[in-house]
Amino acid sequence: MKAKEVTAAELGLCSCHVCGLVSRRMQNDGPAHCSRCASSLHFRKPGSISRCWAFLIAAYILYIPANLMPIMDTGSLISYRKDTIMSGIVHLWKTGSWTIAVIVFIASVTIPLLKLISLTLLLITVQRHSTWRPEQRTRLYRLLELVGRWSMLDIYVVTLLAALVQIQSLAIVKAGPGAIAFGAVVILTMLASNYFDPRLIWDPLQKESPL
Amino acid sequence: MSNATLPPDISDIPDAVVEPKRRRSFQLVWIIPILAAIIGASLAVKSYMERGPVITIAFKSGEGLEVGKSKIKYKDVQIGLVKGIAIAKDRSQVIVSAELNKEAKGLLVADTRFWVVRARISGGNVSGLSTLMGGSFIGVDAGVSKEPQLEFKGLERPPLVTMDLPGRQFVLHAADIGSLDVGSPLYYRRIQVGEVIAYELDQDGKGVTLKGFIRAPYDQHVKSNTLFWHASGIDVTLDANGVKVNTESIASILLGGISFQSPEDSRVSAPAAPNSAFVLFSSREEAMKRPDTVVETYVMVFKESVRGLPVGAPVDLRGVTVGEVSKINVELDPRKKEFAMPVEVLFYPERLRAHYRNKSDHGKLMDSRSLLNAIIENGFRAQLKSGSLLTGQLYIALDFFPNAAPTKMDWSKNPPEFPTIPGSLVQLQAMLMQIAQKIEKLPLDDLAGDARKAIQTLDGALKSADKMLRQIDDSVVPEVRTTLDDLRKTLDELRKTAGSAKQVLAADAPLQHDLRETLRELSRAAQSLRGLADYLERNPEALLRGKKEEKR
Repeated sequence: MKAKEVTAAELGLCSCHVCGLVSRRMQNDGPAHCSRCASSLHFRKPGSISRCWAFLIAAYILYIPANLMPIMDTGSLISYRKDTIMSGIVHLWKTGSWTIAVIVFIASVTIPLLKLISLTLLLITVQRHSTWRPEQRTRLYRLLELVGRWSMLDIYVVTLLAALVQIQSLAIVKAGPGAIAFGAVVILTMLASNYFDPRLIWDPLQKESPL
Repeated sequence: MSNATLPPDISDIPDAVVEPKRRRSFQLVWIIPILAAIIGASLAVKSYMERGPVITIAFKSGEGLEVGKSKIKYKDVQIGLVKGIAIAKDRSQVIVSAELNKEAKGLLVADTRFWVVRARISGGNVSGLSTLMGGSFIGVDAGVSKEPQLEFKGLERPPLVTMDLPGRQFVLHAADIGSLDVGSPLYYRRIQVGEVIAYELDQDGKGVTLKGFIRAPYDQHVKSNTLFWHASGIDVTLDANGVKVNTESIASILLGGISFQSPEDSRVSAPAAPNSAFVLFSSREEAMKRPDTVVETYVMVFKESVRGLPVGAPVDLRGVTVGEVSKINVELDPRKKEFAMPVEVLFYPERLRAHYRNKSDHGKLMDSRSLLNAIIENGFRAQLKSGSLLTGQLYIALDFFPNAAPTKMDWSKNPPEFPTIPGSLVQLQAMLMQIAQKIEKLPLDDLAGDARKAIQTLDGALKSADKMLRQIDDSVVPEVRTTLDDLRKTLDELRKTAGSAKQVLAADAPLQHDLRETLRELSRAAQSLRGLADYLERNPEALLRGKKEEKR
């Protein structure tokens, strides 16, 4: 444990998220806004945990159809198939494109799942005011933010193919309902991690230290 | 400002503008998971609702079918996908399980048919070429039944006629299938109007039942009395009428086919009901000759060989066929110790009836028994006759033989026996035999010896004649020559004599002149004698007194 660190909140100071102006305000004054740009001011993101939970639950719900519903309809002269994410990976694996299969598996299955799980972990620990490994948790959060957009890979592939491969009657690619759900999952997890306030990880430490 | 411990710059921090307190009881952000839940639930419900029925179809082979790839198509629209192919427990079949779309549920009734569409080339018919590229699929023909069903038996070949094709099916009974096959065409006046869609052997194995489909609007031409016949291949018939070649179209020569037509004078106008049964005749001729409703069976016992008399040979009455041979037997007559050939014939007495009968008179034909009895008394008999010397085919001729031995119809037998008379050929044969026998009996050897002797005698006679002639030549001829010379001399003299006679007799000859004068004198003398005679007649006294002086 380091020596006592003073936070801005303890000093009654908070910065504007828009123009960066630091304002002084009392802890329980109720809503306030920036004297310079008039955007609302708060010490921590308001309702961070509940919003994060809301998005996270929505993402969980949509994760099920995203994996079960076909993400892509491929029709050609010879065959017509509907692929879910997993069947597509299996198909790629079977046809010998192992590296692509691995990439798609990591980007489309593991990363969203890890995102959901780690966000849940963060939220639970924050809610329980846990002081367990705050640094690692913060690092995890940063990783989440960084890697989150890459799980849109599948959606990119499907949209690109659907736009490019439109040779009527010879070959056709259509996005399935799974793609929409999958996209929604990715966006919802991004929103959830965006609404998560990492400062909350450190707050319990602050409260603990005076004791 | 108030707190001195703070760095001076901190006091410059402006105060936040305090807003009036605002309570928000419900956070809008929770709408999002609710929305997600609704969407998720609706997707789940939708996918559950869209999940179509799973059916199983049993095929003999799974050729061309692939799990997850082969489609089920109704009217070339995909309605399902093959989800699994398994071998049946008894290993006789392949069980294909397939998941169908929800909309296809109505198709799954008891009489819906499934078959594998593959590329097929059969009988001038190429189908399913698209499957060469896209792979085989399972075709569906929707049934009309109301009874739902999920387990089906697949057809081995595509049905030729789908349920929704307008037209009607008819059942045809035939003795044999000929060159017909499923898909063989049906012709109406040489237009192809339908196909044979199925055939099967009858239960008792004594015939074949075919199912034919005739498309609308041609199906209305099938009446209850329509006649169907094989139009298969080239029909070459060799019978008592000679050689006959009958064909329909080139396709039917190769593939076979069925033609049908109603009798021309038919008065039946209502089309036949679907699935009506008809007889499939073996030829057009056979079909056309049988609008006979009354058929009487007779047996005719022949003593001679019936070789060349086929079943179906005509029974001919002065050139008109009035019946046909239906059965030929042979039996041994134990009493007479001889063989007889009972020939059963079908006799169509209606053909004897006048076709243009009076309207008032239509109906009863004279009782055939009494009629037959009457004409048999007049010598009406059956006789085997050769239709063609070339082919040796026989037929049965009916005619009057006034010289035939009197006999009667035997009505006690079943079928009644019709009296016969030996055929003309047989009679001729018998006569020839007799002649041959007579010739055989002749003492030909003796005759030949006699003839030889006679010839030798004749030879001797001829030789002596020759000798005599030679003698004549030697002795008589020179004499004849001298005689002829004498004759010529005599003739010359005679000619001379004639010349002198001519001189004497010429008009200006002196003899002639003298003679004429003499005759003239003689005539004058006769005149004066007549005058004297006249005078004497008138004056007989002058003979005494002399000539009287004329009075003057």
